[in-house]
Amino acid sequence: MSPAAQSHGFLSPSGAEVAFVLVGLVTFGAAIVTVTTRQIVHAALWLVVALGGIAVEYLLLTAEFIAWVQVLIYVGSVVVLLLFGLLLTKAPIGRSPDADSGNRWAALLVAAASAAVLVWVVVDAFRATWIDLDGPAAGSAAVTGASLFRHWVLPFEALSVLLLAALVGAIALSRRQPPAAAAGSRAPDAAQEGGR
Amino acid sequence: MHLVFPAVLSMLLFCAGVYGVLARRNAILVLMAVELMLNAVNLNLVAFDVWLRDRLHSGQALTLFTIAVAAAEIGIGLAIVLMVYRGRGTSDVDRLRDTAEPGPGDQDAADGPADAPGTPAHRTEAHRTEASA
Amino acid sequence: MTTTTLAALVPLLPFLGAGAGLLLGRTAPGYARPLAVVPTLAATVCAVLVAARQGGGRPVDAATELTPTGSVPIDLALHLDGFAVLVAVLVGLVATCVQIYSTGYLRDDPRYPSYAALVSLFTSAMLLVVYSGDLMVLLVGWEVMGICSYFLVGHYWETPEARAASLKAFLVTKLGDVPFLIGLFALAADAGSFRITTVLGTAAGGGLGHPTLIALLLLAGVAGKSAQFPLHTWLPDAMAGPTPVSALIHAATMVAAGVYFVARLLPVFAASAAALVVLAVLAAVTMTGSALAALAQDDIKRVLAYSTVGQLGYMTGALAVGDRAAAVFHLLAHGAFKALLFLAAGVVIHAAGTNSLAAMARMRNLRERVPDAYWTMTVALLALAAIPPFSGFFSKEAVLGAAERAATGHPAPVPADGSGLPSDPGIAGVPTSAGWIVLIAGLLTALLTAAYATRLWLLAFRGRVGDAPDHDGQPVAMNAVLWVLAIPSLAFGLATGVLPDWLGGSGLTPVLTTSVLGTGVSLAGGLIAYGAWRHTTALAARVPLGAVAAERDADAGWVEAEAIAAHTPVYGGVAAADDPADPGRLLLGPLHRHAAVGFHLDALYAALFVAPVRAAARLVRFLDREVVETYVHGAGALPRLLGAAVRRAQTGNVQTYLSALLAGSAVLAIVVLVATAGA
Repeated sequence: MSPAAQSHGFLSPSGAEVAFVLVGLVTFGAAIVTVTTRQIVHAALWLVVALGGIAVEYLLLTAEFIAWVQVLIYVGSVVVLLLFGLLLTKAPIGRSPDADSGNRWAALLVAAASAAVLVWVVVDAFRATWIDLDGPAAGSAAVTGASLFRHWVLPFEALSVLLLAALVGAIALSRRQPPAAAAGSRAPDAAQEGGR
Repeated sequence: MHLVFPAVLSMLLFCAGVYGVLARRNAILVLMAVELMLNAVNLNLVAFDVWLRDRLHSGQALTLFTIAVAAAEIGIGLAIVLMVYRGRGTSDVDRLRDTAEPGPGDQDAADGPADAPGTPAHRTEAHRTEASA
Repeated sequence: MTTTTLAALVPLLPFLGAGAGLLLGRTAPGYARPLAVVPTLAATVCAVLVAARQGGGRPVDAATELTPTGSVPIDLALHLDGFAVLVAVLVGLVATCVQIYSTGYLRDDPRYPSYAALVSLFTSAMLLVVYSGDLMVLLVGWEVMGICSYFLVGHYWETPEARAASLKAFLVTKLGDVPFLIGLFALAADAGSFRITTVLGTAAGGGLGHPTLIALLLLAGVAGKSAQFPLHTWLPDAMAGPTPVSALIHAATMVAAGVYFVARLLPVFAASAAALVVLAVLAAVTMTGSALAALAQDDIKRVLAYSTVGQLGYMTGALAVGDRAAAVFHLLAHGAFKALLFLAAGVVIHAAGTNSLAAMARMRNLRERVPDAYWTMTVALLALAAIPPFSGFFSKEAVLGAAERAATGHPAPVPADGSGLPSDPGIAGVPTSAGWIVLIAGLLTALLTAAYATRLWLLAFRGRVGDAPDHDGQPVAMNAVLWVLAIPSLAFGLATGVLPDWLGGSGLTPVLTTSVLGTGVSLAGGLIAYGAWRHTTALAARVPLGAVAAERDADAGWVEAEAIAAHTPVYGGVAAADDPADPGRLLLGPLHRHAAVGFHLDALYAALFVAPVRAAARLVRFLDREVVETYVHGAGALPRLLGAAVRRAQTGNVQTYLSALLAGSAVLAIVVLVATAGA
């Protein structure tokens, strides 16, 4: 149990807690809209809101470096990538009635059940646990950098290899097929269409 | 700050992601839901790192790694979705059912041939897209 | 090289030749002929050397125990007495002749390599039986012969006759082999050993607990193998195999194995007077019945087959009166002239293009076409009819003489041989009734034998009407061996003076009473047949009959296969032809119809055994199909239902799978939580 537990009551929230809960509500709402909206491009935009909300939560948890990384990578690049993906697969703009599969009720059930279980467990476990945010900064760039390059150098370098591999793999996968292979793969199609 | 707040938020986000993964039809929407789940985990990691005051900051380091891996994942995932879309003219998850068991009296078997006539139309569309790009 | 080593080589060489032939037959067909002939020839030479060295003296015994086999040990043992070495020489000689003959007979047959290898394997098995000093090792050779016989009879497996005949031969001989095996075990249990010397010693000392039971059990196997009365029906049908196979297996060697076996273990049989009487009755029924049947057959090879059955009856008759020297003497003489008869019949069938005597009776110039076969066959038929001075006369005479001595109660004095050969203790105990049975049946059969031999000769070589088909001549290999085999048929009678050295009996020289009697009935039989033929032969011109496979270049085996396949469609049956010119028809009168089909024994067996077995099989089939299957289907229904349900879950939709997975994890988590919270 944290030593700060004595000074904070559950019914007397601090300012940070109020802000966290409010931003959390916004984030959760955005996430819900992301996974339920029928307009596919809107889903991507609501995802921006949700990810940005998480970045704010990081800030409130004093992990500022990660918050900026979150904004840079997720909001800046991942969402843009997703939007490009939507464009390339010719996702319909506007309401598309078939955005959800026939599995949605089962999905809702499973999600609700797991949410209930997880929230119950977490609340049950950490009912009386407080985070002490007043200590030395735990997530500043300096601290994170020192830790990363002192203790986590090897995984960090391995990660760079992984990223390189992902880069090459993504290029290899999305590259247009060479003419010979393309002809080979298209010939049966032509035959099928000719036969039809 | 009460630890329950970030933890519960993380769980709720995760379950929203679960719902998205299970319910969405478009593969890119599924990928978005996966991102939500990953972020929920990240939030959990950060919250517990801050609570435990870990000397190595393993929670935050892992968060960074997760973000990097997630970026790689989204790149590869999108490339695969694109390839599937080019090959089959659709990126709907519930129509990629090649591993289904074709059985007598199975309705999916009857669906299979019904799908087939639509496929070349999608395919020519895809080719046109590539040509214009 | 010691005699033992030489003797071990004798069965080993053809065995190795068979193995090499089977291995190389496909890849190097050029080696098939040398691999068939050379090992058999070498084995024959070795057998002759062994016989010369043994010289009728003390039996050579050698044994080595390979591995302990429980209570009754099984040894790899050799027991070389006078019988063994002489029979081995006969087997080697006939096998060599047959192998040489086959190179010409099956000249163009694509299956020749496997055929030759099987003949070699068969030869090796027979030699093993002959030399073996241990009953279990003997049984091995005995069964290997059975399976080789099955394969060789079925050599022309394209024809339904050959398929049926091979199955029949196999099943009938196996039917005899089951009691035979039990008898062997009983014998070994009583004697405490499988070694023949020990068994004979026990039998001589009266140590056998159940001599009659053992003897009757063993007799069943002997009857199966040697084609004696109840189990002889396979032999005439086995003529659907190639002629050299008939000569080797079904005339000279395999069928002789049963007789040889009884000769070896005669003291065991002689210990039971009942067994001897049974043996005598069997022999009498066999020889008279088969001689009658032979008189009615139309297929030349079936005539010879029934004649084989009859001559084997003589041998068992000799054994029934306790004279194994006479039996083995007749075995040797008969082996030579019957092999000659079959091989010459093969030549005749090739030249005539048919195996039907009725068709041959309508060919004028067959004897000019095949002079070698004509002369040698004449010699062999004279030997078969027991006309002096041919070999058959002396051997049959020895049998009749032994029967006469037994009948009159004056058995030949047992030679006091200090050679360790078990003396013939049984002779004193031979029942007089057995002697009379064998003597009367033997004389009757001598009459019939002479009649059917004459009929065969007249129909085959004194035909009248048309020309024989224009075939290529037979290869030299086929004609040469006929003359080789003609020598013993002519001159084996001279051996009566020497043979007792080997066989340990006396009494092989002809006795006046039975000689005159036997020769008289033989001549009478021949004259009767000739008279009948004179009477009927004019009819041959009036009734045209017969079909001929005329194919200029075909090898003899092919012609024979075609003739066998054509016999039933042309003549309406495998055995008889509806030919009024047949003297046999006149001689037998109303009996002809029954004799032609072997006195309906096959039909009787079909009604007694085949039909019930088929009915039982139908019942089992019904039970299996309708009753057992129902339960099986019932047991399968629930899993099938579950499978269908699970199958429906395999939709291929990843989201469904994932939903199920996560739902399952949620349920597990709840269960764990509830369990821990409750605990």
